[in-house]
Amino acid sequence: MNLIDSTQAKNTLLSSEIAASERTLYPYVTGTSVIGIKYKDGILMAADMGGSYGSTLRYKSVERLKPVGKHSLLGASGEISDFQEILRYLDELILYDNMWDDGNSLGPKEVHNYLTRVMYNRRNKFNPLWNSLVLGGVKNGQKYLGTVSMIGVHFEDNHVATGFGNHLARPILRDEWHENLSFEDGVKLLEKCMLVLLYRDRSAVNKLQIAKITEEGFTSYPPYALKTFWNFSAFQNPTVGAEGSW
Amino acid sequence: MTKQQANWSPYDNNGGSCVAIAGADYCVIAADTRMSTGYNILTRDYSKICKLADKCVMASSGFQADVRALQKVLAARHLIYQHQHNKQMSCPAMGQLLSNTLYYKRFFPYYSFNVLGGLDNEGKGCVFTYDAVGSYERVGYSSQGSGSTLIMPFLDNQLKSPSPLLLPAQDAVTPLSESEAIDLVKTCFASATERDIYTGDKLEIVILNADGIRREYMELRKD
Repeated sequence: MNLIDSTQAKNTLLSSEIAASERTLYPYVTGTSVIGIKYKDGILMAADMGGSYGSTLRYKSVERLKPVGKHSLLGASGEISDFQEILRYLDELILYDNMWDDGNSLGPKEVHNYLTRVMYNRRNKFNPLWNSLVLGGVKNGQKYLGTVSMIGVHFEDNHVATGFGNHLARPILRDEWHENLSFEDGVKLLEKCMLVLLYRDRSAVNKLQIAKITEEGFTSYPPYALKTFWNFSAFQNPTVGAEGSW
Repeated sequence: MTKQQANWSPYDNNGGSCVAIAGADYCVIAADTRMSTGYNILTRDYSKICKLADKCVMASSGFQADVRALQKVLAARHLIYQHQHNKQMSCPAMGQLLSNTLYYKRFFPYYSFNVLGGLDNEGKGCVFTYDAVGSYERVGYSSQGSGSTLIMPFLDNQLKSPSPLLLPAQDAVTPLSESEAIDLVKTCFASATERDIYTGDKLEIVILNADGIRREYMELRKD
């Protein structure tokens, strides 16, 4: 009698101990860098279309740049499912904004603030949305470009990037970005950054999506690949300059 | 089954330094505008200074998301105060509110290192200095943040305050003029920028006096 009781008691103790955690611990399907820049007519953003599952390139047509309302463009890196959740939140936000039917609409500053609060509050509950977001837009001629991280760190600037983009793209942008870039120059600058990322970021994929947001609205360009060069002579005979190497 | 360890931290240090100096009829509050994470610079133009009330300005460094949340909470509380009392909060009142707000999150703190500067009810400069969980005191001058270890000893040397234990109590405010205090602040930051990697880019100075509030900027080294 006693034996059965104690076993049952132990079982309930054990089962409550192995209660599953419902907090995000690590990301599963991830997107890599997003780069955003201000240019003459608005904001230009670039991101590749890869969704990695650890070291496997699982999905090759993931759209990581999405319009939000009339005035904003959101790019995300990190956990793709969390990005989709954020898009659902934003859908609801824009819906309720439209339902006021008062001629007013949420601008990029407001959307960025909303996203910052969402990310920060999830961090407070120790269950973060595992994303780094880039939010850009134009409203009434005012251009805005900001970013939020998964713990709620946010700021706005003339050019922003997530993940590896911070290490590889921002230095290029700091050197070559200037006010009133033309559309062609903006795209060239983004392509230059994306090429560096393609060479040096292991999770980058050679299929990129460029999108822009202007006063007129959102435009997304069909995905394309960058031309890469792998025939550098130094890599043909890598040890020629190093004695004792093989 | 071993307990799963968290592999992310809810905190980050975005760096930067803040300083405040109290004068006979003015207060100078300053902070750099660099925001960093690890060895990266995120942006060179982010303000760490927030005007909480007409005569009360706060400069905070530390974890930027917590700093921003703290600023919003205090701004909201100040709005409610204005609705209820039909007047602005005084600097000492805001000082107490900030302390209480920080202690409220004693067991999951705002990672925010603050200096509060402004004019007290008599129009004299006042500076309050805080730690992350709300312990505070009124002082004549203070610095917080990544460069504070470099700046504070220099301020001690230039502005040495009389001991708060003296009887009768002696005035903690500096006898320096407003322009002398501003120059001192610029010197502090120029020096801190040399040796602290998290301090630099640009210096934002806010000066509060009987005439109102004004802002000055100075370029700092960007390396």
